[in-house]
Amino acid sequence: MKLVAVTSCPTGIAHTYMAAEALEIAARAAGHEIRVETQGAAGSNPIDPEYLATADAAIFAADVEVRDRERFAHLPTIAVGVKKAISDSPALIAAAIQKAQSAPAGSPAAAAAASLATKVEQNASVGVRIRQWLMTGVSYMIPFVAAGGIMIALSFMIGGYKIVDVPLTEVVRHFHVFSKNDWAALLFQTGAASFAFLVPILAGFIAYAIADRPGLVPGIVGGSLAATIGAGFLGGIAAGFIGGFTALYISRVKVGKGLRGVMPVVVIPLLSTFVTGLAMLVVIGRPIKAAADGLSHWLNSLTGTNLILLGVILGLMMAFDLGGPVNKVAYTFATTGLAAAGTASASGPNLKIMAAVMAAGMTPPLGMALATTIRKNLFTEPELENGRAAWLLGASFISEGAIPFAAGDPLRVIPSSMVGSAVTGALVMAFGNTLRAPHGGIWVTPLIGKPLLYVLAIIVGTVVTAACVVALKGLRKTNRAAAPSGVAESVAA
Amino acid sequence: MTDLITADLVLLDLQADDKDDATRQLVQRLAAVGRATDAEGFLADVRKREEQMATGLPGGIGIPHARSSYITAPTLGFARSTDGVDFGAEDGPATLIFLIAAPESGGDDHLKILASLARKLMRAEFKDSLRSAATEQDIVDIVNREVVTP
Repeated sequence: MKLVAVTSCPTGIAHTYMAAEALEIAARAAGHEIRVETQGAAGSNPIDPEYLATADAAIFAADVEVRDRERFAHLPTIAVGVKKAISDSPALIAAAIQKAQSAPAGSPAAAAAASLATKVEQNASVGVRIRQWLMTGVSYMIPFVAAGGIMIALSFMIGGYKIVDVPLTEVVRHFHVFSKNDWAALLFQTGAASFAFLVPILAGFIAYAIADRPGLVPGIVGGSLAATIGAGFLGGIAAGFIGGFTALYISRVKVGKGLRGVMPVVVIPLLSTFVTGLAMLVVIGRPIKAAADGLSHWLNSLTGTNLILLGVILGLMMAFDLGGPVNKVAYTFATTGLAAAGTASASGPNLKIMAAVMAAGMTPPLGMALATTIRKNLFTEPELENGRAAWLLGASFISEGAIPFAAGDPLRVIPSSMVGSAVTGALVMAFGNTLRAPHGGIWVTPLIGKPLLYVLAIIVGTVVTAACVVALKGLRKTNRAAAPSGVAESVAA
Repeated sequence: MTDLITADLVLLDLQADDKDDATRQLVQRLAAVGRATDAEGFLADVRKREEQMATGLPGGIGIPHARSSYITAPTLGFARSTDGVDFGAEDGPATLIFLIAAPESGGDDHLKILASLARKLMRAEFKDSLRSAATEQDIVDIVNREVVTP
């Protein structure tokens, strides 16, 4: 177990340090790790936020107010007078351990401590820690994906694909209990609201894993900006790292007593959020906009090329960032064509493009769902949970179902998804499938030309994606077994 | 930097009526070597601290202490008592008494010496060696050896 403690006493020259020494001796004797912050006259030595984030319990052996107590809010806590730690530290250590073990799993304190405890290790290699930061963000994002995705899928199931055209104000103003359509519209709007949090929550909790509490604000705000500028989940990861490290850096600056009080509530959130916002809008936003415009222009210039090649390109784009700028360019290209096609002949290239884009957007979540089903040991527990929901999300053309996998392990998941989607895109073009709806997945089957072949194209892409990701992740696993020090991990990541 | 303790600040065979008397004898030594500018003033500061919470600790330890404007440098006064002096510890009187004096102002460095000393007080082998020391100079040598200067 990992413990933290704060010791303090009125004079701050004797008991504070004696208690610290006693706790360290007792913890070591009992086989536990401990870091003690002595808030004495010689100044204090703040506990490393990253260690704090992974601690299991806190001990306050203090006769004066513990400074910055809110840092320990996520932990089960034992609070005693400073003398208790000096006279009977083994009992205190035992009590803290017991408290950590008996903390109810559902309480916010235990949840935060437990989920973070398994994810960020202080002494891990850089590669391992990057993955732990990402997985922390992913684990908090997954419930939003599941809740929002399933609601959107249900809304298509009940209300058809046109349900997205019912505005939110309509739901608020005219909701009728016996109207099937109103329920569908309600589900869609609520699901869409949940989806709006995917990138902010991902970014916020990546930053939280890096900088503890101070990371939350810049991370969430940066993630929200990433969503606004259309930077997708990759932009969100960038926002999480920028926000996290900015907050970490600012919170480590030593300031005078006068400023210390306003640091956590004003100075750190203000400065770190401003820096993150600046970076997201100016440094990241502009090139992304330029790149998206360029891609869009290039795609439009491709009209008349080989349709199968176009299917491959669109497939690669759809799977690259799953709702990010590149995916949006491909999707917009298809829907614009669909609108232009209107009621034109059923075999027009525009309808084929739409069909290829939707199929290519379905295989990433389906492929990951398949991979989690056949090789459970390659995935974390939250990923396995998400894998179950991903079946429905993929079938409903909700590509976001694959984001948790891609965000947690981008270098293996994104290429795998791209290969599978490219295969599916090419097959759809080769089969000559068409689609007359801009979205909806299997719920718009009546609008799909040659539906059986369409399903076949999707199945092939799904299997390819699953096979690639299992192979790539399996490779890492064997590497890690060969080099237990985590060297392979840090090189690969 | 001045030494934390000198042979003049060690009382190997303390005879004292109570903790106030024990503290007074140590404070007078501090005043005699110029570590405390006003014995009565510093004694008042130590008493004030002692009133907040008794400083007796399990294992026969008493640590009267204070930060005081009458103190010129971080200083340790040490006394050993065969009969023991009651410093309010639950398990009995103190046989090792440490008077810890810190100046009111000054840099962190000298406070760190006292922090290091305080940590040593939790070490059984440190206390044992003080109990078995034969001369005042032995006490001084043990403290100088064990307490890390930053």
